[in-house]
Amino acid sequence: MMSMFERKIGKQIGILLILTAIWGVIHFMIKGGILNPYYELNLILIGINIILAVSLNLINGFNGQFSIGHAGFMAVGAYGAAMITIKAHLPFAIALLVGALLAAVCGILVGLPTLRLRGDYLAIATLGFGEIIRGLIVNIDYIGGAYGLSGIPKLANWTWIFWLTVLTVLVISNFINSTHGRATISIRENEIAAEAMGINTTKYKVMAFTIGSLFAGLAGGLHAHYFYTIQPNTFNFLKSFDILVMVVLGGQGSITGSIIAAIALTILSASLQKLAALRLVIYALLLIVVMLFRPQGLMGTKEFSFNMFSKKSKDKEGKQHGTAIGQ
Amino acid sequence: MEVFLQQLINGISLGSIYALIALGYTMVYGIVQLINFAHGDVYMVGAYLGFFATAILGWSFLPALLMSMVVCAILGMVIEKLAYTPLRNAPRIAALITAIGVSLFLEYGMMLLVSPQVRTFPQVLTEVQYKLFGSLVITNRQIIILVVTVALMLLLQYIVHKTKIGKAMRAVSHDKQAAQLMGINVNNTISATFAIGSALAAAAGVLVGIYYNAINPLMGIMPGLKAFVAAVLGGIGIIPGAMTGGFLLGIVEAMVSGYGKSLYRDPVAFVILIIILIVKPAGLFGKNVREKV
Repeated sequence: MMSMFERKIGKQIGILLILTAIWGVIHFMIKGGILNPYYELNLILIGINIILAVSLNLINGFNGQFSIGHAGFMAVGAYGAAMITIKAHLPFAIALLVGALLAAVCGILVGLPTLRLRGDYLAIATLGFGEIIRGLIVNIDYIGGAYGLSGIPKLANWTWIFWLTVLTVLVISNFINSTHGRATISIRENEIAAEAMGINTTKYKVMAFTIGSLFAGLAGGLHAHYFYTIQPNTFNFLKSFDILVMVVLGGQGSITGSIIAAIALTILSASLQKLAALRLVIYALLLIVVMLFRPQGLMGTKEFSFNMFSKKSKDKEGKQHGTAIGQ
Repeated sequence: MEVFLQQLINGISLGSIYALIALGYTMVYGIVQLINFAHGDVYMVGAYLGFFATAILGWSFLPALLMSMVVCAILGMVIEKLAYTPLRNAPRIAALITAIGVSLFLEYGMMLLVSPQVRTFPQVLTEVQYKLFGSLVITNRQIIILVVTVALMLLLQYIVHKTKIGKAMRAVSHDKQAAQLMGINVNNTISATFAIGSALAAAAGVLVGIYYNAINPLMGIMPGLKAFVAAVLGGIGIIPGAMTGGFLLGIVEAMVSGYGKSLYRDPVAFVILIIILIVKPAGLFGKNVREKV
């Protein structure tokens, strides 16, 4: 009989193989021209949206803080990374890293003062910060001002986006399953009780917020280097809202939920592209209906896994995940 | 000094609009603790109803204003019944997300209905400019905005403090359960609050149409957010606070634009919001309430 450790390693190698297979098949389909650029575009969008949704889920779902300014951090990452490649001519990886770190720094700056606020007030403060970031970008002519920044080299491709999406999901799910992650979740369950147990709530709130912002910045950098141009208006309240919808529909507190929702909504929105206004009406109705009939979202706080089907691990799962999400 | 006084006049007009919208936010928040994100869009619907009445039906200003207020009051009650009542006992975040959903629905539903193009409001009131102290300009539209706003605020104060429904509203916002035990119909009271708030937003919408002459389906987003800032500034849930906050925000914005930094107008409003939230989250008129465990 294999030991627990060996089984785990085996499982992870299996997952890695499956991921490599998915990447390889799609990579060669794109290279070979079987998937036309339209499908490629949507695959790229799915990747970026997964990064955004999973990172926002860390803040909203797992930490229970309600942020609706995620697009602001994405904007910081996008502009930061674009400036590095355009003005400094440094490699793409460094640009992405700088963009993400800049967004993380903004996350700390925003998080430290505002995370003392709760619920609605925090929501409106993050919304305010998202708008302030956008307002500042509009006013800085060096980075293009209101017209946006163009001429960004197209460095992002399927390979970059696929593996960075995998990295994001891996980092965030490992974070959640770590000691720090448990502390983060305990704040969502009951902040006062968490504090009474000796958890430094401010520290963990800022930590979750910073990690979330970091990956939002990464998504921004990828976005900028796939679409050549970025405009301040791309990162407005509606973008934040789009990301929020994915998190809420997927289930606040479920990474697999966010991934499923990001894939489903990107496909839905691509297929409704021609009906610009109707797309958002459908979005809005979907959101209202889900909130009225299933406020916990598609997956709630549960994770989808193939182990779900075997009874033994299901019990384990039940123990790991606490009660339903609270306010 | 001249620029200052001129911008003060402009700021008061703009502030009246913010104050009217902020009143709805603050009343609704006071009674159900919900940030009604759809409120800015009720204001937009109000502006379109005003447009419909004046441009298509050819009505004059006052009937158009009243019609718009009545229809929006009904709209407010319908939104509350369909979207918010079922969630009254759900987590607050669920209600907040629903509110964002309703907001988007109104925006893009309106866009489907009337197309996204900007509409020009008919000139129901010919503009007359009055000169004050030599070089200051005040228009009759600005005067009308201020008069209508002050009249509506006085009416609101009368309703809240002197009538039975006002007393019920104050009681429900103080303690919902105790109010219910005293025989107050909480559901009707909440409906009435939404109706009054929405009617005020509709009035603001019609006034804005007359003042700026242009309306579009997304016009409610920014003023809605800023009116919320105004409500927070004055202390959310406090009616005089919302009025003061609205006027203050309008004046600050006019000053920022007047001194040549009009692109900084939007960020400044949000910077004010953040400062208030950090320094005095209860707002200018609010009292700090300790959270009970």
